Amino acid sequence: MSDSSKKPDKEPTFLDKQVTRRNVLKYTGIGSLGALLGASSLGGVFAMTNQAPSKTGKADKNEIIPFYGEHQAGIITEAQNNVYFVSMDVITTKKEEVRLLFKEWTEAVALMTAGNPVGEPSTNHYMPPKDTGEVMGLSPANLTITFGVGPSLFVLEGKDRFGLKHKQPKELVDLPKFPFDSLEKEWTGGDLCVQACADDPQVAFHAVRNLVRIARGKATIRWAQEGFQRSKQSDPKQETPRNLFGFKDGIVNPDVKNNQEMDKGIWVQPDDGPNWLEGGSYLIVRRIQMYIEVWDRSTLKDQEETFGRYRESGAPLGQKLEMDPVNLELKDQSGKLMIPENAHVRLAKGDGKQVILRRPYSYTNGMDAKTGSFDAGLLFICFQREPSKQFIPMQQRLAKMDKLNEYTVHKGSAIFACLPGTSLGGFIGETLF
Amino acid sequence: MRMFGLSSVLLISMSLLFGCSANEQSPKKDTKSKETAAPAADLEDVTKAYREFAIGEISQFVKATEEFTDAVKSGNIEKAKELYPTARMYYERSEPIAEVFGDLDPKIDAREGDVPEEEWTGYHRIEKGLWEENTTKGYEEYADQLLKDTKLLRAKVETVEVTPDVLITGAVDLLNEVSTSKVTGEEDRYSHTDLYDFAANVQGAEKIYELLQSDLAKKDQALSEKIGEHFNQVNQLLEKHKKDGKYILYTELKRPEIKELSQAIDALAEPLSQLGIVMEG
Ligand code: HEM
Repeated sequence: MSDSSKKPDKEPTFLDKQVTRRNVLKYTGIGSLGALLGASSLGGVFAMTNQAPSKTGKADKNEIIPFYGEHQAGIITEAQNNVYFVSMDVITTKKEEVRLLFKEWTEAVALMTAGNPVGEPSTNHYMPPKDTGEVMGLSPANLTITFGVGPSLFVLEGKDRFGLKHKQPKELVDLPKFPFDSLEKEWTGGDLCVQACADDPQVAFHAVRNLVRIARGKATIRWAQEGFQRSKQSDPKQETPRNLFGFKDGIVNPDVKNNQEMDKGIWVQPDDGPNWLEGGSYLIVRRIQMYIEVWDRSTLKDQEETFGRYRESGAPLGQKLEMDPVNLELKDQSGKLMIPENAHVRLAKGDGKQVILRRPYSYTNGMDAKTGSFDAGLLFICFQREPSKQFIPMQQRLAKMDKLNEYTVHKGSAIFACLPGTSLGGFIGETLF
Repeated sequence: MRMFGLSSVLLISMSLLFGCSANEQSPKKDTKSKETAAPAADLEDVTKAYREFAIGEISQFVKATEEFTDAVKSGNIEKAKELYPTARMYYERSEPIAEVFGDLDPKIDAREGDVPEEEWTGYHRIEKGLWEENTTKGYEEYADQLLKDTKLLRAKVETVEVTPDVLITGAVDLLNEVSTSKVTGEEDRYSHTDLYDFAANVQGAEKIYELLQSDLAKKDQALSEKIGEHFNQVNQLLEKHKKDGKYILYTELKRPEIKELSQAIDALAEPLSQLGIVMEG
């Protein structure tokens, strides 16, 4: 029995909501007083209430991912077109301030994910506007924000900085060094993370920008990376997105609609230890640079043997269809393995017991100033219940002999515990702080 | 259930609508009148005090500039180099006022490339001579011109009208100066004495905060305290970069230290940007 099915649905209803003036206007679908006065009868107002709770007027497009829930959004949510990922350092020394930060963040996220600005438009012309304004009139674009906490929030340089040490999960420790890691400090670690995903890069950036602004004086950006997938509008058939090596990426992934599978592999369970993380998940992010110039001059055969799949169809080598289950035993007439010993999918799959939920995005950061080649790659993001039994052994195999390593280098890395979700009136982090 | 929820929301929305239409209007009107009308009476003392402060700084600036230009003209390179960073601090502290004169500011403070080469005069021109060419020769004229411009500034500053919004925007502008040119090492690109300008900008902003502090505390005590705390943090950080009572060179700062300074300014400037709350009736 999956744990999630036991819990009451935390989706808020209209009656649960605190009614503020803004909410009233919001839920009656009316952005201006004039519109309300213009509704000639009660019936007219009722008709309007059926519209989605967004000030943006894009009600029928339904581009809102609910913020409240047992789990945070942005984990099993179908990947949006864009990500803006920031890792942050906490600079305040007071735990209470961190707690307040999460409260303020939660409020802002609840507003932004519903398509609202983070604060009322100001009437005082001598103060800066509360919301930075660049999404005015835009749809919420399926915005999700996912918060996580890193190992260094608990213990930094041996110090129990916020009295949280006793709450540090045993799984939330810095990743071991893997062979051939080329990690750079400026792309590694962090006390907190904010993953903003949306179907519009401006919407994603706006969210991060406003959250970072709210955090000023309490936390600062340590590193930031944006990422993208092909946009849904340019892929009418909604096929599996391709990464910058031209291969379909994301074919094999656990089924996010299957609660049992999610509880087994992705969500932290009651007996896993620290109860504050129950319903959360571990996020591991690797900023992997891809040498696309080198890749582009390797033969198709080499490329396909690197992954163990055909480039065009995405099917496993020796098989027909993209969705055919990977058969690692297949051999050609001469008895040679179809999927070579050092192919990425063979090593990633292993004996098939380790499963992670991959949610990667491509990135490009202009030119690598040192070499003059592109600084492009994969912002590899994955979620799991127990890193020590999932990502770590998998990456150990890959780092040792993955043929893909000829074309990639891991430059950044971090691990975060993504907090459980919250319900109206609560806040992300309420179980920890 | 759903119907009930909606109708109750509807009822509240109606009553709120009528209850708040007056509120909805009044703050707007309020701001309007603030914009055009004279400053609130209680800020008059503050603006007066600030005017005195700024004029005082600019008077000191003239004096310090005179010593500096004397050293340049007498060919005393070491002395000129020593006086350069501290003389500038008076100017940097009072920038919201000093900069008001669009013709004088570039003459005194333009950096190379800000103005056509033949028009380039002032502190940074001489800075280049002192540090790049290690000479004062050929710079005597620039020294005379600089002193003249500073004296003119001092005379003109008497005419400035200081309004509350000069203070409110000035405080944040001073920190924005830090964020965009001091923290990047672009201000004193030959002498690398940027930290002096940095500190002076912060002091100038802090002065404004001090003057507005009691009005601010009446509106929002927590905000006032928060700003105070962040000034302390920035000042402590700056103190860390002193050696034998002098700021180290910008080029001696390590990259993480620069980032730390920059982020400390952001952390201070964000609450400081709420100063405008004192304008509310
Ligand atoms: C730049 C780096 C990487 C690229 C370009 C890449 C690309 C791919 C591609 C094209 C596939 C086959 C299609 C699919 O099943 O989605 C794949 C599969 C997979 N990758 Fe990666 N990957 C990278 C790094 C990683 C890392 C660091 C891990 C984890 C440690 C990983 C884990 C997996 C897993 C678990 C599979 C599915 C294997 C299976 O069961 O068939 N990948 N990857």
